[in-house]
Amino acid sequence: MSLMFRLACRSALSRWPTALLTMLAIALSVTLFIGVEKIRVAAKASFADTISGTDLIVGARAGDVQLLLYSVFRIGNATANITWRSYREISAHPEVDWVIPISLGDSHRGFRVMGTNAAYFDHYRFRGGQRLSFEAGKRFDDLFDAVIGTDVAEALGYRVGDPLVVAHGVGAFSFARHDDKPFRISGVLARTGTPVDRTVHVSLEAIEAIHVDWKSGTRQRERNVSAEDVRQMSLTPKSVTAALVGLKSRLSVFRLQRFINEYRAEPLSAVLPGVALQQLWQLVGTAETALGAVSLMVVATALLGMMTVILTALGERRREMAILRSVGARPSTILGLLVAEAGALTACGVVAGYALAHAALFALRGYVDARYGLFLDFGAPDLRELAVLASIVVAGCAAGVLPGWRAYRMSLADGMTVRN
Amino acid sequence: MARGERLLLTGPSGGGKSTLLSLLAGVVTPDAGTIELIGTDIARLSGRACDRFRAEHVGIVFQMFNLLPYGSVLDNVLLPLGFAPERRAKARRDGDERENARRLLRALGLADDLHNGATAMLSVGQQQRVAAARALIGAPDIILADEPTSALDPASQTAFIELLFEQLSSVDATLVMVSHDERLATYFDRVENLSDIARVGGGAA
Repeated sequence: MSLMFRLACRSALSRWPTALLTMLAIALSVTLFIGVEKIRVAAKASFADTISGTDLIVGARAGDVQLLLYSVFRIGNATANITWRSYREISAHPEVDWVIPISLGDSHRGFRVMGTNAAYFDHYRFRGGQRLSFEAGKRFDDLFDAVIGTDVAEALGYRVGDPLVVAHGVGAFSFARHDDKPFRISGVLARTGTPVDRTVHVSLEAIEAIHVDWKSGTRQRERNVSAEDVRQMSLTPKSVTAALVGLKSRLSVFRLQRFINEYRAEPLSAVLPGVALQQLWQLVGTAETALGAVSLMVVATALLGMMTVILTALGERRREMAILRSVGARPSTILGLLVAEAGALTACGVVAGYALAHAALFALRGYVDARYGLFLDFGAPDLRELAVLASIVVAGCAAGVLPGWRAYRMSLADGMTVRN
Repeated sequence: MARGERLLLTGPSGGGKSTLLSLLAGVVTPDAGTIELIGTDIARLSGRACDRFRAEHVGIVFQMFNLLPYGSVLDNVLLPLGFAPERRAKARRDGDERENARRLLRALGLADDLHNGATAMLSVGQQQRVAAARALIGAPDIILADEPTSALDPASQTAFIELLFEQLSSVDATLVMVSHDERLATYFDRVENLSDIARVGGGAA
């Protein structure tokens, strides 16, 4: 009935400061929840998008996750290498379309140096098939050219043309430096939001060149080959650390995987990037569950706050309830009134929180994408979100049941003799 | 009691006057016995039916704080009609229910400019008249009033009682009023002292 509804609204409005604060608390908690949810989805997507378009990652025999970690995330070290011969054989396999070689082991001021070739710029894909693009400069052309990721450029203040000395090993501080053969930066890659941003790329031949006069990790003084002389030498690599393989047809992926896993000349592993990423996410993903749980706890706290506010107001609303009873309102009407009030407050809070979250997303997504490489999805809520938002409103109504029940008991006990 | 009869219940405070009214209103149900109003034993009605019966047949005026402070004067008067379709129909019999409410308010001495205003602006005397209008709208059969005049000064008391009775006659409603003020006795058809009734062991109604 409209009059009753109007009076209920007016009643809530007459208590507007507490109603507004309650709604605000719910709105903020919902904003937090949606924010966490969006970041979670974005982080998961960006994680899964670290590498795309690659059918198999090949390396020395190791666990799937370990291979993924060192070849794609540049975390940890390879246990062994792939010989150049095996690499050539895999490249020549009739079902293989392209192969990106990866040669790791050196670093520059904490950033990993990766040896590769032109195939990397042609075939490497991330985030749903995006290609690498240059923010400045171009691919490596000369033997001692280097292409750096945008994080490297930002952190070290490097620009195209700057010199760069590669250190032996992967520590943040290294005393064994390849300072006799300095590099020159030929290009800076645009931000990808992947480990590529933190990598220094050089050619496979360059990796070979800086190691010609090295043996077992130390420079051999008597074999000092100058940067000029090394250009005259044959720089065919003896091995690579890993290889990213693209196939002509995805249908042959398991056949080729078996071929590599059963490779006779040396023990190799081939993993499907998607499978390995999923395994890795299961390790990292515990944090996402914890975050989600915390944000839901915040929502629960806001609802408890609302329950307290409504319960507290009941004392001064006894008269209101008695009047409603005297004109014929049923106890269920009074219960319904309080449940509806709690539900309406929650619904307003949810809508306001949703709007607030999206306003914040709209304002921040450009920055977050540029700074952290997280693409925050700004669409309609998905089913999961809708389900959670709906359950928050239902929980809000439920939070009105206890005050409603109390009001019902009070209105029965008071009869008509309430004295204010 | 006969239809249209006016009964004043007196008695010492704490003597059960208000409890009796609550029982008559059906807000509280008795542990035993019967309460018969216009041929219906409300003690045997279900809670739901009892609430419905109260909405349709009984108008109630409290001692004070009768009005919902966040509604307008008219909202407060029209409130019972939402729970009582028959009374709503009666209120609409000669025109609009809002017009009917305004007529009642005017008859009880509240000028038009107050009707849409906030109830908080009214004096206690004016508030009691709004409460009377709410009890009377849609012509219920019985009006229960719990010391409606005790918060008023003597001059306002007389004015209130006279206006109330005028309207009671026009809708032919029965009145049961509780008061400790024996001076009001002259206005009533019948005066009962609650302690007398209790001693005899009889029931009201």
